[in-house]
Amino acid sequence: MIGVIDYGAGNLNSVLKALAWLNLPARLVSSPEDAATVEKLIIPGVGSFGAALSELRKRNLYQTVDLWIKENRPLLGICLGFQLLFQRSEESPEEHGFSIFQGICQKIKASKVPHMGWNKVKFVQPDPLFTGLPLEEYFYFVHSYAVFQTNGSVLGLTDYGNQFVSVIKSGRIYGVQFHPEKSGQAGLQLLQNWGTKC
Amino acid sequence: MLTVRIIPCLDVDEGYVVKGVKFKNLTVAGDPVELAWKYFQQGADELAFLDVGASVKSRKTMVEVVRKISEKIFIPLTAGGGLRSLEDIRELLLAGADKVALCTAPVENPQLIQKASLAFGAQCIVLSIDAARTNSGWHAFTKGGTKDSGLEAVEWAVQAEALGAGEILLNSIDCDGTRQGYDLELLKAVGQRVKIPVIASGGAGNPEQIYQAIVTGQADAVLLASTLHYDEMTISEIKQYLKSKGVAVR
Repeated sequence: MIGVIDYGAGNLNSVLKALAWLNLPARLVSSPEDAATVEKLIIPGVGSFGAALSELRKRNLYQTVDLWIKENRPLLGICLGFQLLFQRSEESPEEHGFSIFQGICQKIKASKVPHMGWNKVKFVQPDPLFTGLPLEEYFYFVHSYAVFQTNGSVLGLTDYGNQFVSVIKSGRIYGVQFHPEKSGQAGLQLLQNWGTKC
Repeated sequence: MLTVRIIPCLDVDEGYVVKGVKFKNLTVAGDPVELAWKYFQQGADELAFLDVGASVKSRKTMVEVVRKISEKIFIPLTAGGGLRSLEDIRELLLAGADKVALCTAPVENPQLIQKASLAFGAQCIVLSIDAARTNSGWHAFTKGGTKDSGLEAVEWAVQAEALGAGEILLNSIDCDGTRQGYDLELLKAVGQRVKIPVIASGGAGNPEQIYQAIVTGQADAVLLASTLHYDEMTISEIKQYLKSKGVAVR
């Protein structure tokens, strides 16, 4: 069973619908008790860095996720959920993320922000997450902040103004800056891979 | 590199896709779920649904259409038409829309953009401007293109960005359904003044006109309706053409 973290904001329904389409059993996780019933966790995206963290605390889910990460249990962070895995974000400078990866989410410098639309992800290391996908594939992005430098194990890179990290991994913890649940067949393939192979 | 988005638009009335010329003479063009699936298979980058019925009943039908489509089609979905409140917006987002398009209500109440942007995020608030040339430049029209709001269209786009809109959907009433090409001057006038993406709408009849909207009009995305519904062009033909001209497409 896959749990999708419910922190009030986020596009929970899209992720749940994609998992349902793939016949991957899933449920919402709104409390620590819910989390005890699932084997894998997804932190979905959309919202602001600080607001997401305070909502997680309010629902007593911050510690649940923190412990989950420390125990290296299977987790996928999507978009904002990806950014929360880093140390900090310029979006909410006073807040601290889960810090599994070193690095700071910085405001994108380009003529149009947010970075919204389909952009190419270059897979720079082989991983079960990319099974069945070409070495470069388009995914759908919507974000105003990005990670340009990290010491983490980068699996995918994308260009928008500058090159940023679009896929990262540590043990069984994965993060993707794009929205696989909105990226057509390629996104569904990636979710299926994560659900069954990672 | 970010690609140019090709967005099929389905105007929906009481659950049916309809299409008119210059916002008039609506005719039925098909079932929204079937058409949405067809465009998804053809490689659409997003889909847009606008409720042109604008009655309470029509909007409830629209929510159901969005719900059904979001269960089987996994690309961004924009829904709009007659949305007046945060509650209307929330209902569509919960049903499965990723973005909502607002047109008439923000003209009467610009704060709605700000409130919606704060509540749901700028990325999901699309300001739709129905613009037409008047004796004093382009004006934004409301109520399905029937009422001149008196607002100068370019200034309205600038104001909407400041209020927190995430995208501008720019419809040319003069060009809508004519297949004679986009209003390139209008596109450029808005594109040069805002930093948020501009979606070109109204007038597409062939791939060269779409290319012009991107290159001359500086559009970030194009919205297409009748020309796709009646199979005059397919999305893959458009993308092949754009690619041959050096435009990045998916």
